[in-house]
Amino acid sequence: MSRPLEHDYIGLSEVSSMEDSEKISSSSSTVSTEEEEKKNALNLKETELRLGLPGSESPERKADARVGISLLGRTVEDKNGYSLSVLKNFVSGAKRGFSDAIDDSGKWVFSGAPSGSEVDLGKGAVLFSPRGGNGGKSLAVLENSNQQPASAVPALKDFVPPSPKPVQDKKPQISAANDHVAPAAKAQVVGWPPIRSFRKNTMATNPAKNNDDAEGKSGSAGCLYVKVSMDGAPYLRKVDLKTYGSYTELSAALEKMFSCFTIGQCGSHGVPGRDGLSASRLMDLLHGSEYVLTYEDKDGDWMLVGDVPWQMFTDSCRRLRIMKGSEAIGLAPRAMEKCKSRN
Amino acid sequence: MAYSFPEEVLEHVFSFIQDDKDRNAVSLVCKSWYEIERWCRRRIFVGNCYAVSPRIVMRRFPELRSVSLKGKPHFADFNLVPEGWGGYVYPWISAMAEAYPWLEELRLKRMVVTDEALELISRSFKNFSVLVLSSCEGFTTDGLAAIAANCRNLRVLELWECEVDDRSGNWLSHFPESCTSLVSLSFPCLDGEVSFSALERLVSRCTNLRTLRLNNSVPLDKLPNLLRRAPQLVDLGTGAYTAELRPELYSKLGDAFAGCKGLKSLSGFWEAVPSYLPATYSICAGIRSLNLSYATIQSPDLVKLIRQCPNLQRLWVLDYIEDCGLNALATTCKDLQELRVFPSDPFGVEANVSLTEQGLVSVSEGCPKLQSVLYFCRQMSNAALFTIARNRPNLTRFRLCIIEPRAPDYLTLQPLDAGFGAIVENCKDLQRLSLSGLLTDRVFEYIGTHAKKLEMLSIAFAGDSDLGLHHVLSGCNSLRKLEIRDCPFGDQALLANASKLETMRSLWMSSCSVSFEACKLLGQKMPSLNVEVIDERGSPESRPESLPIDKLYIYRTIAGPRCDMPSFVWNMGERSALRFS
Repeated sequence: MSRPLEHDYIGLSEVSSMEDSEKISSSSSTVSTEEEEKKNALNLKETELRLGLPGSESPERKADARVGISLLGRTVEDKNGYSLSVLKNFVSGAKRGFSDAIDDSGKWVFSGAPSGSEVDLGKGAVLFSPRGGNGGKSLAVLENSNQQPASAVPALKDFVPPSPKPVQDKKPQISAANDHVAPAAKAQVVGWPPIRSFRKNTMATNPAKNNDDAEGKSGSAGCLYVKVSMDGAPYLRKVDLKTYGSYTELSAALEKMFSCFTIGQCGSHGVPGRDGLSASRLMDLLHGSEYVLTYEDKDGDWMLVGDVPWQMFTDSCRRLRIMKGSEAIGLAPRAMEKCKSRN
Repeated sequence: MAYSFPEEVLEHVFSFIQDDKDRNAVSLVCKSWYEIERWCRRRIFVGNCYAVSPRIVMRRFPELRSVSLKGKPHFADFNLVPEGWGGYVYPWISAMAEAYPWLEELRLKRMVVTDEALELISRSFKNFSVLVLSSCEGFTTDGLAAIAANCRNLRVLELWECEVDDRSGNWLSHFPESCTSLVSLSFPCLDGEVSFSALERLVSRCTNLRTLRLNNSVPLDKLPNLLRRAPQLVDLGTGAYTAELRPELYSKLGDAFAGCKGLKSLSGFWEAVPSYLPATYSICAGIRSLNLSYATIQSPDLVKLIRQCPNLQRLWVLDYIEDCGLNALATTCKDLQELRVFPSDPFGVEANVSLTEQGLVSVSEGCPKLQSVLYFCRQMSNAALFTIARNRPNLTRFRLCIIEPRAPDYLTLQPLDAGFGAIVENCKDLQRLSLSGLLTDRVFEYIGTHAKKLEMLSIAFAGDSDLGLHHVLSGCNSLRKLEIRDCPFGDQALLANASKLETMRSLWMSSCSVSFEACKLLGQKMPSLNVEVIDERGSPESRPESLPIDKLYIYRTIAGPRCDMPSFVWNMGERSALRFS
């Protein structure tokens, strides 16, 4: 491949021809390479959108300020003092464990922060390694990447299942696999395993009768999505009741979810009730406002939330509705009666 | 050359061409073919309802009879797309009510369908005959009642995995006594009860009924009567398949099944008890498709049933079947083309059944026609994947879900790169692939190199860097749909392959590492894409631009930014950018 051409993503570069460009970019829209030599007289360095953090220089960027670093959770600060360690939390929650998965053979990318550079997408089969001074080639080498992979990929028939690696390498991988199990009770990952709601809900209501473990698992489905609607809100939300352990937790989550629709000021009326329900902030909040939290149970009746023990509530709740207090007047007595009749 | 044939002749010729791709090709030959073709096109498939507007469709194709629309991205099935994102069908219905009074067929997937929309359908199209709703939501049984009551020529009403509010209005009774046209009635996803007498009368008078799929509320003792009234059935979905063992019910059921000699497909089996399964044996020899994926039956009973079905082509089953059951399947069902094994306890920490990679290996060895696999399991090895790939180069769909994210090869503790690499290298016609387990950038290199026919790829908890995404975007020539979650893919690969996105239907990325500023750049520079940032935490403007956004959905469109975005979705396009300035 010829010397890499400069490709200005914004499309202002004069140089636009590329062989085999289809896979990589159209002639007018390629990633800026942040090259040192600028053919374009308009030196757009100042105004051009770059991919690094504000204030980070290119191409002499010392720290790869992009999210690659953030995955490692390393605290790399750029000029503006943004601490990148916080990024880790934004990257798919606390379950990634990439930092634990690095082994010393450089298997994982972004291994070097200070000496690092842009992602070297042109190296084909070889995983990214720190590049040091050759900043000029970086992304333009993308063109080359197309030609390389075929030769770089070991042919299938040559593949020999590797013998187990030495212990030192084994461990990180074990920890990578199990890393997200760190909390003793495994936290649910949203949407994983990828099973449709209909199937999940059906299996939840019809657990295996002849399965030995059926008794031991209450709510064996592991998740129970119910819709939450609020009178006057333009759209409803879904919550997984299994992720909450109490009314308090549920109320906190709902409050956050619907706060943009301004539930009224929190009142100070506690509701004396069983199981410490008077501590439920949402109940307080709602009782002091014009809204009331209700739910539809398995029988199709609408009840006030908070009257029954939490477990009983999650077993019977099919849907939640934050309704205007004026509409909920008739509910309370029924809920109490129903509960009494159950007991 | 085009002028040497009168239009009518060309139209007649085109009428033999039904396939969408072929029709599209025809329309590109020359202007007059384009014109003729657009006037005689009768069916259209819109894979993304926001890729085009109703007005544009109606302007180009004035005489459609059949419309298929898909709305939300696939990951909406797994609750990754917040409620209220979009996919509303009403604007389409209201536009079509004017433009296509002769519309006959509507097939919708992952769309929000309201009762108003259903009522409008039922009143607007005099010849309306086919309504298929898959994974739709937003309507109640009142809407179904309107369809039942007003669509005089309804032939097909199918609801697949929809979320429907049951209003107990007894929608089924709204089919008038004069309705005899039903060919397919399917409602397994409905919660509520239906009137059995209305159902029986309906089934009796619809003598062309071929498909009947009931819901869980229809008890087993009602089934024999229904079957006796519909001996012509080809596709049956039972209701609840459970009752105390009563000899007279058992023999009635057995006789009823025996009377349906044309049955090819069985499903339902809600709460199935093993003792009633043998009632189906008389027709099992003709069964091509068996869906036992809601039947919590153990392996020995499953095996007994499967051994009765040597002509089985499709099997959906829970992992109760276990490896031994899959062995039996491999021995018995040599015509098997599709296998789906679902997890009975997906959230349990440990395996509750003895189903491993071995089961899939057995089936891959024993079933030469196997093309489509969906397999949930808890352990996998590169060696097993190698074997599967070697055995079954004819695989076209391979979706493997190892329940634990990032689980390595359990034998070697290596990533599963090589195993999946073998799959893509050997299975040259692979169209759909879902990955799982511990995977590095290497697997994407294999995919980019070999998976040239791959159209849909699903990735979760995989990869190391942008290199992975780059391999896929630059190498997979046929890629149409790419969905990614929880992978360290960021700005570079996305921006470097921006133009690739115009050749695809859509790209979904959630919990990855794409920054807001990259999204803005992409949105501004690619006017033919809608770049939608979805973030329920609030406007990405309120955080530094270099931070990753929550969810990203990019799709090509000729309709521009959509007007129905909720407050947690932002379009990154040129005009929308003004909002941020």
